[in-house]
Amino acid sequence: MADSPADLSTAPAPCTPARAHPLRPGRRPRRGRSRLAGRQGLAGWLFASPALLGLGVFLVAPILLALWVSFREWSGLAPLETSRPVGWDNYSDLLVESGVAQNDFAKSLRNNLYYVLGVVPAQTFLAFALAVLVNQKLLKGKTFFRTAFYFPSVTSSIAVAFIFIFIFSPTGLVNALLSALLPGTISLVWLDESTGLIHLLLGGFGVDSAPTLLADHAFMGLSWWEWISGPSVALSAIMVLATWTTIGTFMLIFLAGLQNIPEEIDEAAELDGVTPRQRFFTITVPMMKPTLFLVLTLGVIGTWQVFDQVYAMTSGGPQKTTFTPAYLVYREGFHNAAMGRAAAIAFVLFVLIMAFTGVQRLLLRKED
Amino acid sequence: MAADASVSRSATGRGFKRAAGYLLLATAALAFLYPFLLSLGSTFKSRAELAASSVLPWPDEPTLRAWELVFLRSDFPLWMLNSTLVTVVATLLRLFLDALAGYSLARLRWRGRGLVFTGVLAVMAVPPIVLTVPRFLLLKELGLLNSYTGLILPLAVDAVGIFIAKQFFEGLPRELEEAARIDGANIWQTYWHVVLPLARPALVTLTILSFQATWNEFLLPLIAVRASPDHWTLPFGLSTLGKGGAGGQTWDYPVMLTGSILTIVPVAVVFVIFQRFFVRGMTTSGIKG
Repeated sequence: MADSPADLSTAPAPCTPARAHPLRPGRRPRRGRSRLAGRQGLAGWLFASPALLGLGVFLVAPILLALWVSFREWSGLAPLETSRPVGWDNYSDLLVESGVAQNDFAKSLRNNLYYVLGVVPAQTFLAFALAVLVNQKLLKGKTFFRTAFYFPSVTSSIAVAFIFIFIFSPTGLVNALLSALLPGTISLVWLDESTGLIHLLLGGFGVDSAPTLLADHAFMGLSWWEWISGPSVALSAIMVLATWTTIGTFMLIFLAGLQNIPEEIDEAAELDGVTPRQRFFTITVPMMKPTLFLVLTLGVIGTWQVFDQVYAMTSGGPQKTTFTPAYLVYREGFHNAAMGRAAAIAFVLFVLIMAFTGVQRLLLRKED
Repeated sequence: MAADASVSRSATGRGFKRAAGYLLLATAALAFLYPFLLSLGSTFKSRAELAASSVLPWPDEPTLRAWELVFLRSDFPLWMLNSTLVTVVATLLRLFLDALAGYSLARLRWRGRGLVFTGVLAVMAVPPIVLTVPRFLLLKELGLLNSYTGLILPLAVDAVGIFIAKQFFEGLPRELEEAARIDGANIWQTYWHVVLPLARPALVTLTILSFQATWNEFLLPLIAVRASPDHWTLPFGLSTLGKGGAGGQTWDYPVMLTGSILTIVPVAVVFVIFQRFFVRGMTTSGIKG
């Protein structure tokens, strides 16, 4: 398919706010304006109402209903009327009271935190590097490369999770590659290995059990030693998958940003004798700051919601090291018949994600 | 390229750099495409052969065992039908609702418009996972669990699509609409006969995005029709495929991969044909947070 790079530049830049088209007074004849306005008002509501009704019924109302449920105890099986109010119990079980619920939630937060810390920098860096490579002026096969990198992003999450289960299987591609590179035969059972990477690293230095300081202190029912475990080997496999599937999307956002840099700036710099390397660091990188920022926040928001991959690859195991808050919502609500608690977890996660979104909006406004 | 004196001196260096660039890009392309190729080839291997050789895609003794199991001994064809039905109906509904609302928000003047648009933006920011419990609740209360209606209606509502449609309509010149009105067309006629035909690129983008999102949707079938295998769609059905026994050792990889490849293919075909519409949709909605 002949597809010129101009395609991207015609797409609106992700950071450009929607342009408003203010009414141009004087263009319209004065007479009949109020009648027209009246008809427009009615039509406007009529046109918008089906979609708004849908949003109201299937998004807004259920969210309010779920907020109410988060203050009740309900199995999800019996009729909603049989639920009973429990005040803040569902929330305090997660955040304050020690017990299995808090322990699971703490683990899910820890796992997801490592997940975010691993995936976001990796996906951002690789996406930017690929965008720069694809954006070279005289590159041939641009469309092919762009398509290849973006392809995993549009495929079914469950299908690619299965492909990665296969690749990370004991006799799979990853172990075969590692066996070729490292001495000995690697037959790691990736998805069933619960040891954390930082624990593994410490083990390499001979620290294979918790020092008393770390074992004696705990936060949210989890010892400091458990907090610093790092992502488990199983979770790392999911992190590789997540990075692999999201690079393409972020590469496209970077590419759109790169193509918005006016060519004159580059040409002027070239005339002034600025080397390509200087140009990259003094012009390209600073001008890409808003895009970089967008990608980072979208990345953080996305990584806090990881669910499908966990469901398909590990179901939260081994030893709860791939629990994430999103997975916990599902598990508590639909397996443990604790809908109230599931709703509470969902809202804590919601607040967490909204905080990131809010920070993003605020900082973006400042950038503009 | 600017022709300067240093060209000849650095020509070999530049050639080397160019080659390195291509090498990097080719390696990356391999990393992104090889898993698909390997999986495709592996669907023609027996379980024993796959366990022994899972590095190269081509099978030594090609067999259709996995394909037969998927097509003849599983509900895969049913899931495919269900997915097609859900995708087509949800996409048609989405197109109609999104374009209508987008036009209204972009062009018609009505009280509360600004507020409604702010609401749409706010709804766009709600993460899907947060909707798990609420959606289940609502479908249960409405008696729509384990039904096609329950699978379709929640997907027909889509704030991002409204946003994309609004952006597009705002970019259209007003003159045609004004001319149509002067010719006596009412608002609906103007919209249906004048504006919509102009909006074809936006409608294609919305169709593609909706097709991709609905076809791949996993969360909704998981909570809405888990208990009713008759209603399972592809991604949810797939998640149960080949996992007969507990633990990774007994999983039937060729079967799992066949199901995965078949789930990917329709999206892949549409993606290759309509690539630029994917890109456009993604960069337009990339603004969402």
